[in-house]
Order: sequence, then structure tokens, then C-alpha cells
Amino acid sequence: MSASLLFLLVLLVGASAFVMGRSRAMATAGGKLSSLHSLPGYHGSYAAIWALLPSLVVLAVWLVAAPPMIDRSVLFHLPTEVLNQGNAPAQLALGQVKSVARGLALLSDAERSALDSGSINLRDAMGAKGIPLAGAGEPWMIESATTFNRMTANSHLAMAGVVLLLAIGGTLLALRGISQRFRARNRVEQVILGGLILASSIAILTTVGIIGSMLSEALRFFASVSPMEFFFGTVWDPRFAAAGQAGQAGQFGLLPLLAGTLYIAFVAMLFAVPIGLFAAIYMAEYANSTVRSIAKPLLEILAGIPTIVYGFFALVTVGPFLRDISGQLNGLVTGNYASFIQAQSVLTAGLVMGIMLIPFVSSLSDDIITQVPGSLRDGSLGLGATRSETIKRVVLPAALPGIVGALLLTASRAVGETMIVVLAAGVAARMQINPFEPMTTVTVKIVNQLTGDLEFTSPQTLVAFALGITLFAITLCLNIYALYIVRKYREQYE
Amino acid sequence: MNMMSEATLEKAVDQKMNAVPHKMIGKDVSVYYGEKRALFDVNLNIRENTVTALIGPSGCGKSTFLRTLNRMNDTIDHCKVTGKITLDGGDIYDPAIDVVELRARVGMVFQKPNPFPKSIYENVTYGPKIHGLARTKAELDAVVEQSLQKAGLWNEVKDRLHESGTGLSGGQQQRLCIARAVAVSPEVILMDEPCSALDPIATAKVEELIHELRANYTIVIVTHSMQQAARVSQRTAMFHLGNLVEENDTDKMFTNPDDQRTQDYIMGRFG
Ligand SMILES: Nc1ncnc2c1ncn2[C@@H]1O[C@H](COP(=O)(O)OP(=O)(O)OP(=O)(O)O)[C@@H](O)[C@H]1O
Ligand SMILES: [Mg+2]
Repeated sequence: MSASLLFLLVLLVGASAFVMGRSRAMATAGGKLSSLHSLPGYHGSYAAIWALLPSLVVLAVWLVAAPPMIDRSVLFHLPTEVLNQGNAPAQLALGQVKSVARGLALLSDAERSALDSGSINLRDAMGAKGIPLAGAGEPWMIESATTFNRMTANSHLAMAGVVLLLAIGGTLLALRGISQRFRARNRVEQVILGGLILASSIAILTTVGIIGSMLSEALRFFASVSPMEFFFGTVWDPRFAAAGQAGQAGQFGLLPLLAGTLYIAFVAMLFAVPIGLFAAIYMAEYANSTVRSIAKPLLEILAGIPTIVYGFFALVTVGPFLRDISGQLNGLVTGNYASFIQAQSVLTAGLVMGIMLIPFVSSLSDDIITQVPGSLRDGSLGLGATRSETIKRVVLPAALPGIVGALLLTASRAVGETMIVVLAAGVAARMQINPFEPMTTVTVKIVNQLTGDLEFTSPQTLVAFALGITLFAITLCLNIYALYIVRKYREQYE
Repeated sequence: MNMMSEATLEKAVDQKMNAVPHKMIGKDVSVYYGEKRALFDVNLNIRENTVTALIGPSGCGKSTFLRTLNRMNDTIDHCKVTGKITLDGGDIYDPAIDVVELRARVGMVFQKPNPFPKSIYENVTYGPKIHGLARTKAELDAVVEQSLQKAGLWNEVKDRLHESGTGLSGGQQQRLCIARAVAVSPEVILMDEPCSALDPIATAKVEELIHELRANYTIVIVTHSMQQAARVSQRTAMFHLGNLVEENDTDKMFTNPDDQRTQDYIMGRFG
């Protein structure tokens, strides 16, 4: 019986457990629903949970755990001469055995007996079924493969038996427990709570796992390059070791990348903050509901554009435009038509990233501004202040901590942004202050170091993890600080 | 006095009251929130240096009428006011009028104390600064002291002027809001249930304050408490379902109202 069929069957049992639980509860109530502690639906859900939960857990565990166990025992039964060759050949042999096993299942009886009598060889028989074999194939393979198939079949059978038994047993158990005073509702609540906790712990554990693996890889990097050199180095020159000069280490100075990251993020914020904030103020304070209902979704669409699209836009439109216009300007002033803004530059990347960030700034600030109690506005207007005076003197000061928090969140996005800078900022790791020249960022270099066919053993690739963890630390600090500020601000009005 | 019959006494008082000039005149005031009509042709005059109480069951339009008096309704989308309201004879809904200036002349104190999250000092100087009534530090200090004195709060807060206004007790906050309104030297002060969030002691203080303010200001107060209306006001207006039912001297209103609905409401028979 296949796993999916089994799954369907279990679901069927669960559905009928629900129906039976419900009708049994109604029966015990004797037509008077109010005498039940919980509504019949809860009793049904309770029975269904008992039918489904244990059996599905066992099914999942079995599906995951059984194949490796079967592999192990088949491996042990391979001929000793194969096993003696070491681990890798043995694993290879096991792989072949499994292929053969798959093929054997496809053979008809006649073909099978021909194979056993030796009138066709194994490789041809398998080939006819579309299963390529690496070697000619040995007779013991057939034997092992037969064992493998048998064990798999047994395992499936046992699994089906156990799972179905559990489902039915669970159902019966739950049905027996149903009575008028039984608190099915509270039990169901507990299960829901458990499910929610499980989901959130999966999310948290994944994060912890990612950080852990990044950290351990970064430590491998720091084994070959000293942290001092990495964090305080001013030259970035990783020198991909070409064949023959593997000894050359290269320099991994973080500072030029960090400078570029912060510079571009700063330029982006320079564009995004005023525009986003003014947009938010307009939305929150001036726009009537019609304008709001149209403009807000539009802004949100802007937020939904994938950043690669912005990057593309920067590369083919904004960059060349800035370059050409700077040439024209230069020509008007000095007569020399050389452009002083390069197509890939801090300005290009910052500008486009700023555009990308506008909706974030505006929708976060909008939320915060609208949270400022209307009574404060009324108070100010009632004293004869104009709207803009009210905004400047009452609303914004009250919202300021929250807005700062929002800006920090935005800044952490700007620091972690990748696609725009990859396409618009350039790859030159330089320390300089001219916004018209290209610079590069941490994220760009991570992409650079990991593009291509690489092995994660050399510092050239491992450095990506060190960069990643640095970036992560920066954005984490920004986020935590931002959340702290936002939360503190919230308490003021609650 | 004993010689005079009750009716003559009433008449005498009435005449005295009627002699008081009208600060604000509302003529055929109707208010619509979108399609919904909240006030129906209200004719109500507000007398100078008098406390006028607006009473009536919840939802009858008291706050709505109050807000028409300094055009706070302008801040509500879809709110439309028709009819005519004058302040010292000038139409306040005249398009040429400056709403900001109007609100400086007709101040407002709200139901829930709403001090700005700024210091007590800044709360009081907020209005004067905006309107340029006081510029130098000395002038501002003087305004703060006078206003807080008038609001009966000075002694309680004079040592903590630079602490946040939101850190005061509810009653103190409400008096701070009154001080804030007084600081811009308005002519009329509108109060929408100013004591509904306060305990009896704080309420008593605010009521006492209203008594004192009456000498210099015209006050319109919305209240749900009959006792309060009786204590603080000289004139009372009764609203019901968006209509002005009766407007009269407070004494008469609470002893011998002209309208049956007023009688019922005061006796607690509905509302
Ligand atoms: N902003 C608004 N939008 C729509 N309708 C409103 C608005 N404000 C008030 N109303 C309606 O206008 C009517 C009068 O409301 P108003 O607030 O003036 O009543 P009120 O007499 O002050 O009541 P309360 O004593 O409960 O404060 C009510 O029916 C109310 O539903
Ligand atoms: Mg009201």
C-alpha cells in the first residue's frame, strides 16, 4: 500500500471520527444541547484529533526513518569482499543494488526467470527497463536487491498496519471518553495551542540554526585570516587563486565595503526620508478618505516591486541618464562635455534605493502618525493652531520616537539591500567620498565571492560568511534598537 | 421681598437676564454628517459672561452644536453646517473669516483631558506662542502664572512646571487644559463634559473654577449631570433628538420647565 493511499485512508478515518464523535455527543445529550459542556463539534474535533494526530506522526516518522534502516541492514548483508573494499565502494554497491531493486520490480515473471537462469545478463535486463547500471552487475546484486524489495514491502505493510490501527484505536478511545461533562472544548484548545507553539518554535529554531551555521563557517574563515585583518583592513583584494598560485592569500579588509554600504544607505535615506515622511504626513493628516483609499494601495504596490526590477531600472535608465545629464551640465558650465557622474555610482544606487524605500518610510510613518490620538490634534486645533502648526508642534513631536524607530528599520533594509547595489553601485571596493564614483557594498561582495563553481574551503569563499554575519549583526542591532524605541513609544498612549 | 409674588420675582430676574447682551447667536443651525442630519434648525443665543449649560440625552446633538460654535466640525469629513452663527455680530461661517482666529477667540476644553505630551509650561505657552501673544521669556512666564492661577492649578504645579503635563492627575490635567485655553485670552470657552472623567473632588474644583471664569468669559458647557448644570449655569438649553426643546433660566428650568420633555428628562424619566 503506498504512503499516499495510506494517508488518504487515515484522513478518511479522521473524518468519520469527527462525524461519529459529534453524533455520539448529540446522543449523550439526548436532544438537549445545553446539557453538554462542549458543543458537539468540539467532541467531533476531539475524536478527529485522536484519530489523526498519533497516526500521522507515526506515519511521518516511519517514512523518514525506515529507508535508512533498510539501507543499513542491506549494506551489512553485502558480500564481505565488497564490504572490505571500504566505505565508498560499499555505498556505491548499495546504490547499484537499489537500482537493481527498482528494476526487478518492473520485470515480468518470464523475464525474471530468464534472468535467474542466466540467459540474459543483469545489465541488459535493467537497460531494457530504462535503468542504466554502471557495471555488468553481479549475481549477488540480484539477491541483495530481492532482500531489499522484500524488506521494503514488509516495512510498508507494517507501517500501514500500525498507522491504521493507531487511527482506529485513537478514534475508539476518544469516542469512549465522550460524555456530557467531558471538556472537549478545552482539550481542542490545548491542541491548537500546541500547534501554534510548534509553529513558532520552528521559526525560531530555524533562525538559530542559520545563525549557528553562519557562525561556524565564519570561524573557519577566521582560522585562516585574522579578525584584526578582516575588521580593520582597508584593502579588499581577495585574489581568487588561479591554478598554480594557490598559496597567495589576498587581503580581506572589511572597511571599504562597510564604507560603501553605509554611504549608499545614507544617500538612499537622504532621498527616502523626506519624501516618505512628507507623503506619510499628507496621507495621515490631509488626504481625505477617497484619496487615501486610492493612494495607499498604490504606495503599497511600489513596495511590492521586486528589488531586481529596481536594479534593472537603475542599470538601464537612471545610471545612463545621470551620466548623460552630468555631461551636458559640465558642457554648459565649462565647455567640456565629459560626464562627471559615472553610470554606476553611489548616487545612482542611492537614488534608486531611495525610491525603493519611500513606501516603507511612508507606510511605517503613516501608521505611527495615525496612532497619535486625535484628541491631541483637537486640542491644538481648538487653541487656534493651523493644521501644519499642529503637525509640527504636536503630532510630529509625539510621533517622533516611533518615526525614528521606523527610520532605523528602513535603514536596516537599506544596509541589507542587494540587487540594486549589485547592478547599480559597481564592484570596485574603494574608500572615497565622491558620490559620483562607484563604490561597492558588503552584499555585492558576498554575491561576488559566491558566484561561480566554488568549494567552500578557501578563505575566498568562506569570507562570504564572515561578511554575512557582520551584516547580520548590523541589521540585528538596528532592528532591536528600532523595536525598542517603537515599543517604548507605544506605551505612552496605552 | 416677601411682598413680591413668586411670579413677579421670576419676571424681575428674567428681565435682568434678558438685559445681558448676546455674545453668540445661532439661527436655524442644522448639521449633517453625510446623509444623516444631527441638528434641526436650532435657534440658540449665548449670553455674554454667562454660563450656558447644554443638556439632553446621549446622542441628541449637544457636542455637535458645541462644535459648530468654533467650527471644530470642519475637521470632520462629510460634516456640513447650515444656518447662521454669529460672534459679536460677525458670521463665523463667512468664507472670509479666519478659522484659526475664530478658534483663538472661542476656545475649547474637551471631555477627556488631552494635555500635549510636553511640559506643563509648554502646554500653557502653546497657544500664546502660536498667536504671538507673548514673546519674551518674561512675558511667557507671566502668561503661565496667570493662566495657571486662573485655572486654580498654580499652587499645585508651580514647582514642577517643566515636568510633563501627562504626568498630572486626571483632574489636574483637565485644569491644565482649561489653563491652556485661558492662556490665549479667548472670549468664549466651550467645554464638552469637562468633568466626566473626574472624581467628585476634582469636579468640585473645576466647577468652582467655572464660577470664577464667568466674570471674564462667556462659557458654554455640555453636561450629563443635572446637578452640575444647576450648580454652574445661569441658562440651560435642553436638546432632544437634534432639536432644541427649551432654553431658559437655569432656576426656572429645574423647578418649573415649560416643556414636558424637559420635565421628564430632569426627573430621569428618559435618556
Ligand atoms: N463624526 C461623526 N460622524 C457621523 N455622525 C456623528 C459624528 N459625531 C456625531 N454623530 C452623530 O450625531 C448625533 C449627535 O451626536 P453628538 O455627539 O452631538 O451627541 P451628544 O449629544 O454629544 O451625545 P453624548 O451625550 O453621548 O456625547 C449622533 O446621532 C451621532 O451618532
Ligand atoms: Mg457629546
